[in-house]
Amino acid sequence: MDKYMDREIVLEARNVTKTFPGVIANKDVSLKLYRGEVLALLGENGAGKTTLMNILYGLYHQDSGEILVRGEAVRISGPSESIRRGIGMVHQHFMLVPVFTVAENIMLGAETVKGLSLDIATVRRRIRELAEQYNLDVDPDAYVKDLSVGQQQRVEIVKALYRKADILILDEPTAVLTPQEADDLFEVIRTLQAQGTSVIFISHKLKEVLAISDRIMVLRRGQVVGETTPAGATERSLAEMMVGRSVLLEVDKQPAKPGEVVLDVRGLRADDDRGQQVVNDVSLQVRAGEIVGIAGVQGNGQTELVEVLTGLRPARAGQVLIAGTDYTNAVPRTITEAGTAHIPEDRQEDGLVLSYTIADNLVLNTYYLPPYANGIARNEDAINANAEKLVKEYDVRTPSPFVPVGNLSGGNKQKVIIARELSRPIKLLIAAQPTRGVDVGSIEFIHKTIVAQRDAGAAVLVVSAELDEVMSLADKIAVMYHGQIVAVVPADQATREDLGLLMAGAHLEPVTS
Amino acid sequence: MSLNRFLFILLAILVLIGVTEALGQGQAPPLLIAVSFLATTLQVATPLTLGALSGIYCERAGVVNIAIEGMMLGAAFFGWLASIYAGAAGLPMIAALLVGVLAALLTGALLALLHATLSITFKVDQIISGTVINILAVGLTGFLNRALFFQQEVPHAPGVLPTIRIPLLADIPVVGRIFQQQPITLLAIALVVFTHWLLFSTRWGLRTRAVGEHPLAADTVGINVYRMRYANVLIGGVIAGLAGAYFTLESVPSFEPGQTAGRGFIALAAMIFGNWTPFGAWSAALLFGAAQALQINAQFFGLKVPSQFVGMLPYILTMIALTGIVGRTIPPAADGKAYEKA
Repeated sequence: MDKYMDREIVLEARNVTKTFPGVIANKDVSLKLYRGEVLALLGENGAGKTTLMNILYGLYHQDSGEILVRGEAVRISGPSESIRRGIGMVHQHFMLVPVFTVAENIMLGAETVKGLSLDIATVRRRIRELAEQYNLDVDPDAYVKDLSVGQQQRVEIVKALYRKADILILDEPTAVLTPQEADDLFEVIRTLQAQGTSVIFISHKLKEVLAISDRIMVLRRGQVVGETTPAGATERSLAEMMVGRSVLLEVDKQPAKPGEVVLDVRGLRADDDRGQQVVNDVSLQVRAGEIVGIAGVQGNGQTELVEVLTGLRPARAGQVLIAGTDYTNAVPRTITEAGTAHIPEDRQEDGLVLSYTIADNLVLNTYYLPPYANGIARNEDAINANAEKLVKEYDVRTPSPFVPVGNLSGGNKQKVIIARELSRPIKLLIAAQPTRGVDVGSIEFIHKTIVAQRDAGAAVLVVSAELDEVMSLADKIAVMYHGQIVAVVPADQATREDLGLLMAGAHLEPVTS
Repeated sequence: MSLNRFLFILLAILVLIGVTEALGQGQAPPLLIAVSFLATTLQVATPLTLGALSGIYCERAGVVNIAIEGMMLGAAFFGWLASIYAGAAGLPMIAALLVGVLAALLTGALLALLHATLSITFKVDQIISGTVINILAVGLTGFLNRALFFQQEVPHAPGVLPTIRIPLLADIPVVGRIFQQQPITLLAIALVVFTHWLLFSTRWGLRTRAVGEHPLAADTVGINVYRMRYANVLIGGVIAGLAGAYFTLESVPSFEPGQTAGRGFIALAAMIFGNWTPFGAWSAALLFGAAQALQINAQFFGLKVPSQFVGMLPYILTMIALTGIVGRTIPPAADGKAYEKA
């Protein structure tokens, strides 16, 4: 077992239960954290991981059960209490004020003052000391809004260390990171561990959990369903524990049978919101019956490219042809009616109207057409029948199709979008980050659905920040770097290493196919 | 606030001075016109400056306060009323006026408490809460004014706050006039400097800005969001109360219904135009004040244009300022959003 288990128990939860109206978030959960260990808490979305951590951090209070810090039973009344007891938390959505400097963010709530004024000089010096001690590169005077996500995360970690935290809770820390940034984070965690910090690492990514942790606890539907160590587990066994049944981790697909060119992009250029050109002369073809995956570190123009293709952002130059017809700068409805399905990157913002029911969200792109409309009136019967059918067909887990879609978990929201987009005849599917923040069980379903579309003859363009996803799903991989497609490689000849280098901007010898 | 914006404001004020000089040509020496123009600008900008500062305290903490107008009006009335009764009770003039000022501050604080309770605790839409207070203030002051003094001789207010001569500066020939001001005008300028320091150099300011930008982040580091918001809204109310006192205890010794005449809203415009910073808001308030000074001067020098047209100038400038022609300003990110604790 774990080599840390003869050490002091720094944090313990005993039989913690927490219910929200209608949901048991945690049921009788017990957990021990030893000094200097990395404990991974693994579970699907909605398994109760974040709730448990928010209880430990004092943002929620348990209905029953006990929390012990260094053997002492405590009532954690709020974050200031947990901070005082040496618990720090890096939330999934960073708790940083964008318009503040790094130093201001770090000292907030724990300010050093000289007389009545803030003593920035001392804070700056302490941040530099911490940065050096733990090898965390942060600039105290930079504004947080100008930092990359990875840098912001380092600021959050320094913020916890600044408060002398020796128990660090990291909630889904890699969800927003590139592979390189995730590796950097693991280095930081190992440094922290070496200096005696205990870490709770929350994730639903199996590879990471196996790579970084000393011990793994698996939560399912609010309960602890198992505990293991990386040595005694495999990705497959962990996935089974997490989901409660065997899951397919690899995408099961036959070789592609490419047909006619459906999507033909020629010399496309576009700007981002700040007017910088971020899509820089992109040419790309996607044929019927094949999946082209775009790999690339986030922020290399993929988002903008998809927005131009779907009519959400103007092209500055170049052409977008769908099945031979020019759709450059056409409005989204025209592009949709041409047989394009779009699974947007940000499902909360661009994919759904959260306060509408599932039924209404399922006809967002067809509500004005028969049978869902009779002239200017809605045909409720048709809309409802469509909802009942799709909820069943796409396995959307919901008490009813008539609840607001905002109440669903991430995976189920994504299924609603997929059901809407794919339940009509399509020629082209554009899927951006189709499985981001989605649990293992739903990922399997989403991948299967995308492959089925390909096999039915649709051209598929997948953009994903997860290299594994691109590699297993795509038939051809296009690497995007600084707004350009720097290489197109057949998926069966691509290696992780080559793709990683291309994504980082390295020039390789042309890969011959 | 950006340098460009300061320069724009400076230029606009210079243009207004130039117009005044042109109007007064031959009627008074140019230097005298400029000095008197600046002294008037400082005075009439006072309620705008204070109103804008009131808004800065509230909005930097994340609470939109469109009730500044109502707070000013209520404070103007009750401050005036208190000074009358204090004077009638035999207090010397200065003491009666100070009682009046205290009553005005208290009125501002009480109305602010109402706004805070509605918008922070009960999470009423902050615009609605502010509107309610504005209507309440108009109705209450109008009603009481009528009920107490209708068809009878209005008792004499004890007077207005005395002018203070700033040592040395006030003794400079001609220009010294600018440095002879009444106490609320001087206090307003001091409050601009103080608020700037408080907001950007102290623990209080850092926490205030944090709850106005990202209250959840503040909460997770143990800051009591509700308490910070309440405190800042109350401070804002007290400052709006001081602005109210300016009308009836410093400017004129009398009250009339609707006396604040939309100054609370122009103050809000000054706050926005000044990008929620004290010095920015002050310079915007001076610009609006200068427009008003032009109106006063135009009347004095007998301009043939109907005075109502010149009187529109501050309001027209306000609209231009808010269109964003001079660049956009950015409110605190959580401004106007009620905070729901997890």
